[in-house]
Amino acid sequence: MTLDFTSSSDLLWALLPEIVLSVWAMAVLLAGVWRNDGSGDWENAGALRWLSLTGVLAAALMNAWLHGVTVLGEPDVITVDGFRLFANWVLLLGAGMTIVISVPYVTHQRLQAGEFYTLILLATVGMMIMAGTRNLIVLFLALETMSVAAYVLTAYNRRDRRSAEAGLKYFILGAFSSVFLLYGIALVWGGTGSVVLPQIAETIEAGAGFTGLLLAGMGLMAIGFAFKIGAVPFHMWTPDVYEGAPSPSTAFMATAVKAASFVAFVRVFLEAFWNLYASWYVIIWWLAALTIVVANLIALAQGSVKRMLAYSSIAHGGYLLVGMAAANAIGTAGVLFYLLVYTLMNVGAFGVLMIVAGHGEERVQVDDYAGFGWRAPLMGVVFTIFLLSLAGFPGTGGFMAKIYLLQGAAASQLWTLAVLLALGTVVSYYYYLRVAWYMWMKPARPEGETPSSRGVPAPLNLVLVAAAVILLLLGVFPGGLLEGAQTAAEGLGLFTSEGFLGLAD
Amino acid sequence: MTAFLDGIGYGTWALHALLWLPLVGLAVVLVLPAERAKHVAFAWTAGLFVLSVGLWWAFDPSGELFQLVTRREWIAVWGVSYALGIDGISLFMILLTTLTMPLAILGSFQYIREREKAFYALMLLLQTGIVGVFVSMDLFLFYVFFELTLVPMYFIVGVWGGERRIYAAVKFFLYTALGSLLMLVGLLYLYASARGFLGQPSFHLTDLVGTPLTTTEQLWLFAAFALAFAIKVPLFPLHTWLPDAHVEAPTPGSVVLAAVLLKMGTYGFIRFALPLFPEAATHPGVIGLMMTLGVVGIIYAAWVAAVQPDAKKLVAYTSVAHMGFVIIGIFALTVNGLQGGLMVMISHGVSTGALFLLVGMLYERRHTREIADFGGLARVAPLMATAFVITALSSIGLPGTSGFVGEFLALLGTFERFPVFAVFATTGVIFAAYYMLPMVQRILFNRLEDPENRAIPDLSRRELVVLGPLLFLMIALGVSPGPVLERMEPGVQAVVEYLDVEGVEDTAARPVLPLDDGDVTETGP
Repeated sequence: MTLDFTSSSDLLWALLPEIVLSVWAMAVLLAGVWRNDGSGDWENAGALRWLSLTGVLAAALMNAWLHGVTVLGEPDVITVDGFRLFANWVLLLGAGMTIVISVPYVTHQRLQAGEFYTLILLATVGMMIMAGTRNLIVLFLALETMSVAAYVLTAYNRRDRRSAEAGLKYFILGAFSSVFLLYGIALVWGGTGSVVLPQIAETIEAGAGFTGLLLAGMGLMAIGFAFKIGAVPFHMWTPDVYEGAPSPSTAFMATAVKAASFVAFVRVFLEAFWNLYASWYVIIWWLAALTIVVANLIALAQGSVKRMLAYSSIAHGGYLLVGMAAANAIGTAGVLFYLLVYTLMNVGAFGVLMIVAGHGEERVQVDDYAGFGWRAPLMGVVFTIFLLSLAGFPGTGGFMAKIYLLQGAAASQLWTLAVLLALGTVVSYYYYLRVAWYMWMKPARPEGETPSSRGVPAPLNLVLVAAAVILLLLGVFPGGLLEGAQTAAEGLGLFTSEGFLGLAD
Repeated sequence: MTAFLDGIGYGTWALHALLWLPLVGLAVVLVLPAERAKHVAFAWTAGLFVLSVGLWWAFDPSGELFQLVTRREWIAVWGVSYALGIDGISLFMILLTTLTMPLAILGSFQYIREREKAFYALMLLLQTGIVGVFVSMDLFLFYVFFELTLVPMYFIVGVWGGERRIYAAVKFFLYTALGSLLMLVGLLYLYASARGFLGQPSFHLTDLVGTPLTTTEQLWLFAAFALAFAIKVPLFPLHTWLPDAHVEAPTPGSVVLAAVLLKMGTYGFIRFALPLFPEAATHPGVIGLMMTLGVVGIIYAAWVAAVQPDAKKLVAYTSVAHMGFVIIGIFALTVNGLQGGLMVMISHGVSTGALFLLVGMLYERRHTREIADFGGLARVAPLMATAFVITALSSIGLPGTSGFVGEFLALLGTFERFPVFAVFATTGVIFAAYYMLPMVQRILFNRLEDPENRAIPDLSRRELVVLGPLLFLMIALGVSPGPVLERMEPGVQAVVEYLDVEGVEDTAARPVLPLDDGDVTETGP
């Protein structure tokens, strides 16, 4: 099928995955209310989960369908390129996995399941539009859709003080960062007279913009995005929010929300500002370097596994920034591939974390893991695979993803960042392995307090095992997906056949 | 024999089988009940050893440099290939691995009493990793296997080890990972440079050799690779992880660690660091540094070993000393030196492996490793005493044992170019007697005073089976090293010629490493 972007009905076709998901979100909301007999709908979490998953699946089918269409005209509000579609896969995967791992928590904490899943789906809609839009105003609206849903998800367990506190913190700082972004957009509009990415790029290339306004706007936008992805020094909110939020929300924020912000960040800076690469590359370089060093060092000192995962997810943001700083086809493809692998392993890790933590999240310290591996061997092995993959160990998808980013850095001669990435990885080995050694090498608690995996619902087990197996497969046969990521990055249409950004020199 | 091997197409599948069958064995171990895990693991690895012996005949010393080669695409976008092949150097490393594994497993029957399934599964995983290191012709593949060996070893030390096992396991892991990650960055630099030169991405050794690099680049890259390998060897002063890991590891872990894991470092030097960065490897500063560290390592480790009260720690330090001999042999960059280095690698694998097994057997009997707790064992356990003495003499390097051949050649090769270093290194042989013989005396001879020592049983039949092949090799290699040296020679010769250490002025006349012949095209099954 051909989509002609001059006709508005074709625009709707291009938005089909998002539309399907929005409609489904409302259906889930209604279904939650419908079945509610006044006692709360957490009992229905299982059924609502399946309904929500079907929605994710339907959106995924639409996304698959979009792979086959050809595009005419210059897309503006929403584009159909490989970059968007690949990002959509990542986001839908994150949403789907979060929905599955959240069921025990939602049921036991007696949360309103209908609204919970609706919020996840709506946030996903926002993220998918963020990945696909080339218009800064639409980008901002999509980002707010995602953020508002994420604020609520953070504060969702309103009976828990930590959750409420985290929600408030997230809301205030999130709003603060959105203002940076919005102000940046306004200045960029002032500097170039446009909010459409390709038009901004043309104006810059023609030398027609007001450079001062433009640079200020670009800088403010970079700060706004850096807040959203939690890059050092704009990371202060992440650990508290990640720790306080209900674990399913944390998993969702650490993967899908971060992925969407990253994809938008990359798209805006590559598509609109590629001619200013020399200016923004310095910013990204420092963000990456600081993030890798600081986040890894702080993660070392964490006694709580949940907090450790929070800091380590900041560090992963640092690795991703290396791929962005490289600004070539390999680095960009690396970012996409990394996000996919990262979603699998991080949501997986949070899934196991929730099993260990118990229904009230009372066991999140690393000591609580003593002997867990031998008590629940399957979950122990699965968690070990997630940890090794997060650490980027050969044989796992995490390794291939890290190599991809390193190759991107190599192609742009960013050797200092490459070495920092390698050293950061060594540091991360320590804190990831620490969990492994508690699981396998420490004796179990005598009083029988060691958590077990009994009573874990089968779908959750299945998803975690599947994620671990996929990670191992990606570590051995990444070929197809690597090519997919490469095609997706080239879908931006910015890179020459040499694989380098066509910089004007 | 050769005809038979050809008949079954041995050359086409042997390396793949040796590489992947351990993983099949892993699955088998996991499926079967725990009581049978050890027997299955032993039978499986013993079978693999029998399988690997065919390589001795399948490898033709007068043929191509690399044989049994395979090259197939693995990750096409990145130019990563599944490329295997062996030369005379890797041949013996593989044989050493496949021999050590079943013996280490058989030697662990007493020691490993809990979580047997997991233990033997990890041992089999370890075997795949080690064999992979020695057969990989593709640097990416090599790196994956090089790192892969860390995980099973980490758990073997950390779960079944002694008191301070976690500390030792983590130290081992982080030390080695630090080196290898920097090597990874160096490898990617090399890959990026070669990509421009070749016009296409490739990680294959034959493609990467000869990549034009400036001397500065070569020195940096050599440093990145050398750090990873030197930590693994371990070269003084990067050796501090080794005594900890050895002392805390369970006996089979120590045996595999000493006998084969350390060799991955020296093998890496010979296979990758030297041919890839010839200018750096022949740089006088680099050679001087490596020689000095090697010699200091030999002498320092010998002195430290001499004062150890713990027999296992003593043996651990002898590893550092022996690996020092390997390093000076390699960096002498002469045929004799390299061959000597390789012989020390083999002989150290055999004799130190046996020493760790013997110390483990003592520990199983008395639950102590303090040398002072023993005495007069020769009277109650004559077989064990005999084995101990032969092993100790081989470790010292007595003529007629394998240790002598290696150390003599290494020293001879060093003397040809660096007489001063050779003189200092030779004192190491004397110190070896100085630390080893008192231990033998205090454990086996002296007075039999402690009543607990009177009750020590002699070697069981299982233990004889474990030690027998090793003792046989110590003598056989010492008396008749010819067939081994003959098979190694082409590989060693190629490295020395390629590096051209005598400094022929006319670089055009520089002999090209026969790696470049393009003879490595698809011959796989």
